[in-house]
Parts: sequence; structure tokens; C-alpha cells
Amino acid sequence: MTNTLRVSCDRKNLKTIRQFVTDTLAPVPLTEITLNQIILAVDEICANMIIHANQEDSKQFLNLTIKYDDQVMVFELTDNGKAFEQANYREPNIKENIRQGKKGGVGVALVNRIMDKVEYSVKGSTNICVLHKYIN
Amino acid sequence: MKIKHTISDNTITISLDGELDASSSVMLDEELSNPSIMMFSKILVDCKNLNYISSAGLGVFISHLQRFEDAQIKLIFFNMQEKVRNVFEILGLDLLMTIVGSYEEAVTIAND
Repeated sequence: MTNTLRVSCDRKNLKTIRQFVTDTLAPVPLTEITLNQIILAVDEICANMIIHANQEDSKQFLNLTIKYDDQVMVFELTDNGKAFEQANYREPNIKENIRQGKKGGVGVALVNRIMDKVEYSVKGSTNICVLHKYIN
Repeated sequence: MKIKHTISDNTITISLDGELDASSSVMLDEELSNPSIMMFSKILVDCKNLNYISSAGLGVFISHLQRFEDAQIKLIFFNMQEKVRNVFEILGLDLLMTIVGSYEEAVTIAND
């Protein structure tokens, strides 16, 4: 099963993206909690692409392709904005975020804890993020 | 996202209805940033109809928690759906914030 969505870089499209993930994964036997976690992980990567990589420029687009079989679900996200610098990423200290009153910085931690494999790459001007989640 | 308020004495109950993501959490942040909220000593957050929360929604609560604690304002979540509570748990936020089952429990803890 393969399904693809293309949306402009507007944060209002996050709801559309979540609905697309929900609809595409409907045939997969997942608990409500696991399905919500997967939707969340995809939402977090898309929010970063829309807000940070593309500065909410609605003339820019991101693509999401979902593939699955009976063992694994694979989510491929691409855009042409500023690449995520994985080498500079540090896991957040939540207590310190609370002390500092920090709003952001916990999305990638959620993705890393939810997904079984997270890969970032760049091909020409295209940034690619691939998320893997195994089906138990 | 719809946000409703109920006020009684020194308690404000905020009912969240919908999904808190990077788009809708801006509205909640404006609510919690309003200086008038500091008049209350208890903020109860009814999560019964909160169907989804992303890091942006969590970030709103994370960013105000210290300010409320410094002002001795209690922030208590109740009626949280299991899938939403799970998102708090992934980051260990359930240990750093007060999340209880029912409104009655929230009121009891708020009055402690």
C-alpha cells in the first residue's frame, strides 16, 4: 500500500496531514495509542518543515508518502527548505525547559522516542526524512 | 480548538475542546499569557474533549509552568484521554505536572 499527499507550507495544513495519516493507516491493526503516536511523529516532522525549514511560505510544498506491509510502516517526508542539522541536535532537558519557560524544542525528542528508525538525508535541493515503525 | 472558561472565587477552569497543534496552540498561549490569569490561585484544565496534543501544545504548558509555580498558582489537568496522557508520559511530563482523573480529584488537590 502506497499513498501520497502534497501540501503547501502553511501550519493550517497540519490537520489535513493528520487526517491523511489516519485514513491511510485505517486498515492497519493499531491500538488507539500507537496510531496517535504515529500521527504525532509525522505531525512533528511536518510542523518543523513548515515552520523552521520553509518559514511558513505557502508557495513552498512538502510531500508525504506512506508505505506499509504487514511488518513495517514507512513515512517519507520531503521538502526543499533549509535542511535539519541532525549533527547539531541535542536531546532536551525537560526540567531545564520548564525552568527557562521554553516553548519549543521537544518535537524531535517525541519523534525519536516513538519511531523505530529516523533517517535524514539531502538529495540535490531536496531534504528527505524517513520514519520507520514496525508492526508488532 | 475551542477554549471555555468557568470562574469561581480563586479558581479558573479552562475547558479545551479540539486539537492542540502548532496552529491552534497559539490561541491557548495567548490565554495563558493574559496577565489576568495571575489573579487566580488555581488553574484547572479540563481535557475531556482534548483529542490531540503535539509538542507545540505541550510547549505552551511547559513555558508557563515555572511562572505559575513562582506565583504559587496550582495548575491541574483532569479528565485527560489516555492517548493524550500518553504524549505527556513519553517526555516524562506526567511526573512534572499534576494530572488527575476527575474534576472532584482536581478540586481536592487544588484545595490541599
